[in-house]
Amino acid sequence: MSEATLTAIQAQAAERRGVRTSGALAHIWTIVKRELAGYFESPIAYVFIVIFLLLAGFFTFMVAGFFERGEASLEPFFLWHPWLYLFLVPAIGMRMWSEERRLGTMELLLTMPITPWQAIVGKFLASWLVLGLALLLTFPVVITVNYLGNPDNGVIVTGYIGSFLLAGAYLSIAAMTSALTRNQVVSFILAVVICLFLVLVGYSPVTNLLVHWANPWLVQAISSFSVMTHFESIGKGVLDSRDILYFLSVIGFSLFTTSVILRSHRAG
Amino acid sequence: MIRVQELRKYFGQTKAVNGVSFTVEKGEVLGFLGPNGAGKSTTMRMITGFIPPTEGVVSVGGFDVVDQPLQAKRLIGYLPESAPAYSEMSVRGFLGFIAELRGLRGGAKRSAVDRAIEMCFLGSVAHQTVETLSKGYRHRTCFAQSIIHDPEVLIMDEPTEGLDPNQKHEVRTLIRRMGERKAIIFSTHILEEVEAVCSRAIIIDRGRIVANGTPAELKQRSHSAGAVRVQFGQSDSSVGSKLSQIAGVGEVVTLGQSPLTVRVFPKEKNAAEGLARAIGETAARERWQLEELHTEEGRLDDVFRSITLPDTKPTT
Repeated sequence: MSEATLTAIQAQAAERRGVRTSGALAHIWTIVKRELAGYFESPIAYVFIVIFLLLAGFFTFMVAGFFERGEASLEPFFLWHPWLYLFLVPAIGMRMWSEERRLGTMELLLTMPITPWQAIVGKFLASWLVLGLALLLTFPVVITVNYLGNPDNGVIVTGYIGSFLLAGAYLSIAAMTSALTRNQVVSFILAVVICLFLVLVGYSPVTNLLVHWANPWLVQAISSFSVMTHFESIGKGVLDSRDILYFLSVIGFSLFTTSVILRSHRAG
Repeated sequence: MIRVQELRKYFGQTKAVNGVSFTVEKGEVLGFLGPNGAGKSTTMRMITGFIPPTEGVVSVGGFDVVDQPLQAKRLIGYLPESAPAYSEMSVRGFLGFIAELRGLRGGAKRSAVDRAIEMCFLGSVAHQTVETLSKGYRHRTCFAQSIIHDPEVLIMDEPTEGLDPNQKHEVRTLIRRMGERKAIIFSTHILEEVEAVCSRAIIIDRGRIVANGTPAELKQRSHSAGAVRVQFGQSDSSVGSKLSQIAGVGEVVTLGQSPLTVRVFPKEKNAAEGLARAIGETAARERWQLEELHTEEGRLDDVFRSITLPDTKPTT
């Protein structure tokens, strides 16, 4: 084979690959758009955002004592996010796949010329964007704290990044449990239980209790699997790549498991 | 276009599809018949790539559905059994979403959506959300989605289910018209539909193909095919014995007493030709008054019942 033909073949292959990646992104974007439209054409997104903002405000100002602390920091705001998300994020994610199965639209979606991955990632990203939007709408609290004092805005930014990653991790778990069943209530409860477990193994009152029974290094090893450990570490203003990697691997693992569950349903 | 070889699907111990093979070429409309739970939907789901086969090969347009799913799926339009659609979307929005997944953008997408809306008579509900539609419209919306990219292969699971008689007629006309240029498989419970639309029919029972042929060929397998039906205006009791004396006549079965109606079976099934003429000549000689005399083509539902329920004798 001459060198010219070889180059031509390579060029063709590269072109095909290029077409395929842009096609994949286009498919994911199509699905993201549809999901977002679904959220905003139904009351789900609005109800979620309003309740999230109300509860976030309530916990920050009433429970955590934002004003009484006399500190210019958003720590009392972020402190409650792992608990707030515990119920709100599975509520958003519980219908992701169970609804597709109940309506039968999964059969439609998965017989389209797209890969199951594109559908899984597209649906996940759309819901994550809704969560991100709700989080962004808490900006008045940032303005308030800047008005009242001189907070470290770098810590606030990392706090937001940590909170967004935490929401994504919960959401990926809810996506996984919603693939398990066509019953949204079951999917919700399973997601809450798994997320609660990931919170508690790193929650200091629980770990302090565990230290009495187990080796400290074992307790530490277990708690490194907890979202709390990584969320708190990012919230301190340290954007460690290990913490980011932790959240991304929880998301990756859960979405991969989602694809396995969906495939095994179809295989019968 | 569609090649199915030794297709099997087991769900645990249940053999839902147990060795099905057939091919469908462009210009053919294949009717898929069978009792509930015979494996029709499972076979269609394997052809469209929704569920993987336990064994066997499906290829569409030369692409293996398992190994090259995207290329195969591009060629297929699929209407699932329950005609699903996203309930919170408008009809136009839903069709636009499917068109985008099919790779259509901009002007091509718009014209494809417009064409599908027009072909399926959805113009009046195009801006309504799917959940507000009646069953017939929802069904047609899903039908529109399956033809939006003008596919070469069309797989439809009970496309006329839940439609009123006018809509059924429209859908059948549409299928027959599209069948001239496409390879189409559709399943149905309605046997007259098979005669009206299909160029070929397959009857499937307990996961196996039990009959495969043109509707006319299948009707030949009916026990009444080739028999002659005679209705008398006035008659005496001797007609029965006189009929049995005609050469080539086998059994004479009385279907009704007043007016006397009989079915005359030929002695041998293949030697049915000329039987009606022979009876007509005898009638003329005996001066019988005949109201009706014709050779029966056989009935698909007789065939269907006799081969899908082998233990029960077909009744007239």
